[in-house]
Amino acid sequence: MEALKEELKNKIITTLNLEDIAVEDIADNDPLFGDGLGLDSIDALELIVILDKDYGIKLVDPKEGKSIFQSIETMAAYISANRTK
Amino acid sequence: MTKRTYINGVGCISTQKTFDTVFLEEAIVNHEENVLAIVPPAYKEYISPAASRRMAKGVKNGIVASALAMKDANVESVDAIITGTGLGCIEDSEKFLKSILDNNEEFLTPTSFIQSTHNTVGAQIALLQQCKGYNFTYVNGAVSFESALIDAKMQIEEDEANSILVGGVDENGDYTTSLFKLNGRIKADNTAPYDVLNSTTSGAVYGEGASFFVLENEKKENTYAELLDVSIINTLEKNEVEAAIHSFLKSNNLEISDIDAIVLGFDGNADFENYYRNLAENSFAQTPVLYYKHLSGEYDTASAFAFWMASKILKTQEIPEIAKVNSIEKSEYKTILLYNQLNGKNHSFTLLSK
Repeated sequence: MEALKEELKNKIITTLNLEDIAVEDIADNDPLFGDGLGLDSIDALELIVILDKDYGIKLVDPKEGKSIFQSIETMAAYISANRTK
Repeated sequence: MTKRTYINGVGCISTQKTFDTVFLEEAIVNHEENVLAIVPPAYKEYISPAASRRMAKGVKNGIVASALAMKDANVESVDAIITGTGLGCIEDSEKFLKSILDNNEEFLTPTSFIQSTHNTVGAQIALLQQCKGYNFTYVNGAVSFESALIDAKMQIEEDEANSILVGGVDENGDYTTSLFKLNGRIKADNTAPYDVLNSTTSGAVYGEGASFFVLENEKKENTYAELLDVSIINTLEKNEVEAAIHSFLKSNNLEISDIDAIVLGFDGNADFENYYRNLAENSFAQTPVLYYKHLSGEYDTASAFAFWMASKILKTQEIPEIAKVNSIEKSEYKTILLYNQLNGKNHSFTLLSK
């Protein structure tokens, strides 16, 4: 699980070009959107593609995204439970 | 009475340090590279990290160049933004197309697609400036910048706008650059030293950059020059250029002897340099002849760099040694003619006056 969290942080930093942010700057429970990392709706689409492309998870219900993408912790838990690759 | 068009602010990001400098005093001619890269400014001083993380370098350069021009003109807002670009945001276009191929048309992410359109630069400048006025991008090959200039001049003449941000921007993309090497548009690799003025080989030394200008209908204390006229001709034979220039000057009640300097677009391509060489050695043999693509590199909107250079010359009354083709000097520089073409097509004549 810890390795997956680290992997997710790296993917988010690289994919979303978060130039001034390092893995250590993102706490597992920091909100990804709003006051935390400050991601926006375009970033949400990028995260959905990461789930699909790298972990074989297709989000069928967009409403699910809100709870899945709350933090690195929630993302990692959802991926662990649902990944197909 | 028709309103006149004045250049009241300039901003240039190029393959030279054209920001935080006076006028090309730090310019260097690079004979070792066939593709020149821009000297990047401190983007963070102009764009927040949150906004810049999705921007390709062309967008960032356009934003910085436009900010420099507006600061230089001492204006906080403009009525219109008009951009010229040959290849637009080619870096993100490449990224998006590569992603389509690599992922078998699946998993397409939005960011590079959003930023891959040609009008991204003009749009992002408008967003940052909160400019809701006329916003247009011209994509007309090597006359993209001149098309933008013509539009801006007409907007001012027709009283549609008082103050316009107009510019030219292009960026290098790795894949496109490799294609240009294959089709001979860029000089072959490993054939350095690359010479722009006395080249004997095909292809150009390539570059990238962004130059923006504030054009206004009012002459001010900080005015660089007046934009007298711009003309575009798609195709001309080498022996037709001189007559075209005569005709262009005549329509402005000028003769060759009235031109205090001519700026030519020598780009190192020996196949087409006679378009310029003939002028330099005949009609303009007694005129100061300048060139600039050894500094800026060739790209579709490189002529915007020449426009920047001519504006600076008219304001400072100094010609940097590095830009001189011949040693002829004038006691005063009042009228400058710019002539550019790319591979025998897209000819443009631009006339500036003090």
